[in-house]
Amino acid sequence: MNRSRTLGAAAARILPQARMGGPMPWVIAIMIALTVIAVAAGLALANLAANARAEIAGGVTVQVVEAIPAARDRQAESALAVLGNRDDVASVRRVGDAELAALLEPWLGEGAGASGAIPTPALIDVRLRGEVTTQRLASLRAALAPVAPSARVDAQAGWLGPVFDTIASLRLLALGLVLLLAATSAAAVWLAARSALGANRDTIEVIHHLGGTDGQIAGMFQRSIALDAVSGGLAGLLAGLAAIMLLGRQFSALGSGLVAGGGLGVTDWLLIVAVPVVGVLLATLTARLTVLAALKRIL
Amino acid sequence: MSSDASAAADGIVRFDNVGLRYGSDREVLSDVSFTLYPGSFYFLTGASGAGKTSLLKLLYLAQRPSRGIISMFGNDVITTPRARLPEFRRRIGTVFQDFRLVPHLSAFDNVALPLRIAGLVGEEEIRTHVHDMLEWVGLDHRAEARPETLSGGEQQRVAIARAVIARPEILVADEPTGNVDPDMALRLLRLFESLNRLGTTVVVATHDVHLLRKVPESLIMRLDKGRLADPTGALRYPPRRTVVPAQ
Repeated sequence: MNRSRTLGAAAARILPQARMGGPMPWVIAIMIALTVIAVAAGLALANLAANARAEIAGGVTVQVVEAIPAARDRQAESALAVLGNRDDVASVRRVGDAELAALLEPWLGEGAGASGAIPTPALIDVRLRGEVTTQRLASLRAALAPVAPSARVDAQAGWLGPVFDTIASLRLLALGLVLLLAATSAAAVWLAARSALGANRDTIEVIHHLGGTDGQIAGMFQRSIALDAVSGGLAGLLAGLAAIMLLGRQFSALGSGLVAGGGLGVTDWLLIVAVPVVGVLLATLTARLTVLAALKRIL
Repeated sequence: MSSDASAAADGIVRFDNVGLRYGSDREVLSDVSFTLYPGSFYFLTGASGAGKTSLLKLLYLAQRPSRGIISMFGNDVITTPRARLPEFRRRIGTVFQDFRLVPHLSAFDNVALPLRIAGLVGEEEIRTHVHDMLEWVGLDHRAEARPETLSGGEQQRVAIARAVIARPEILVADEPTGNVDPDMALRLLRLFESLNRLGTTVVVATHDVHLLRKVPESLIMRLDKGRLADPTGALRYPPRRTVVPAQ
């Protein structure tokens, strides 16, 4: 009867834990903490982009740029009437003077927009059914041209294009960081396993001569590095979560509508919690492959 | 015929024109040919540097030869895949000249290693076997001692207990009585003889000529500058012995 092909509990004693331990749990903790933050940032940016896209999907802004207030109001009312009668328009509303003044206040100062001292365009917020395309914009312009020649029609997504590009770049950066951290962690484990192999060379040779298989010897190292990775992973997760909470609090204090869309959902939190699990698996696998490769060099 | 049955007929170990060199140096072993039958008892002698340790390394599968054929348990070990060698090594007990005890393990855990590696018996049985073995070599009272706290002779006895605990088919011992007093040396030799009577093939490398006389039925393998002296051919074609089957 083959009771065990691993060395089981005895394996813990065969390799002294202190030699494999040392700085390894701390290195893993730092790597996991940074990875957790990078993953959270990537997920938050993805959510932010998705929410912003959903919010402005189908959004079109019509500006009536006319210096004479009466002509501006007349063209704006005509444009509202034309847009309100179109089947492809889900909703249309003119942005009120007070709202417009509030939008301009940070740049022009209090009351500057409402006083009429500086002519401001009339703004009409339009929601189309479905996506905004170049053809649909052209169709709107053609419909408005006879009644509101001073109207400018723009897709809202176009205004935020550079913001979306930046978000996409940041997401790629976060992904790159995660991959880089995973590679660095694997390299750190590889070095630790090599160093532990060197430190325990005599013990390994003895086990080898007594008929220990590569799998049994690799199993001992795996066990040792897995223990380090679990303790380091838990510490890293806690540190990473603390950093996420702190950053989340800072961003929510900004009160920006765009940033508010970058909250994390249940699936996101599950993915973040999975980071140390993947880290432990990666460390264990790296240790196993390193030891097996090294053992292949002896008979 | 199975490879084990074939081994019994052709010898448990066979060396044919084996040569060994390290790197590009001259051969440390040349044209070594012999057959070990189950239940044989051999002393391996020779001056320092004659190649005894190299020959033992080939026997306990720590080294592959540079040329020649080595068959063990009916298998050509030169062509046997590396992954199968551990199963052969488990059938060989080795007493190293420098003991090679695992320094951070107790005497008990060192002796238990072969049983744990083989994984054939449970911890309870291991405990009984190991204590019996340590008692036999007179060290049961030092079961929890680390090697560094044991004398040279005690370490040697632990190494011997570890080599024989799993009842190997071949026992290879490099100067196993070098660090013990004559009484203990004789006692250890009797242990080897007991194993030998149960069918274990024993190869003992030694400088101690007195030891050679203690086992009258033993054959002597003498190495001289890497060559095996076998003027009568008894090592290559030894007389058959009756082997008491293991119980």
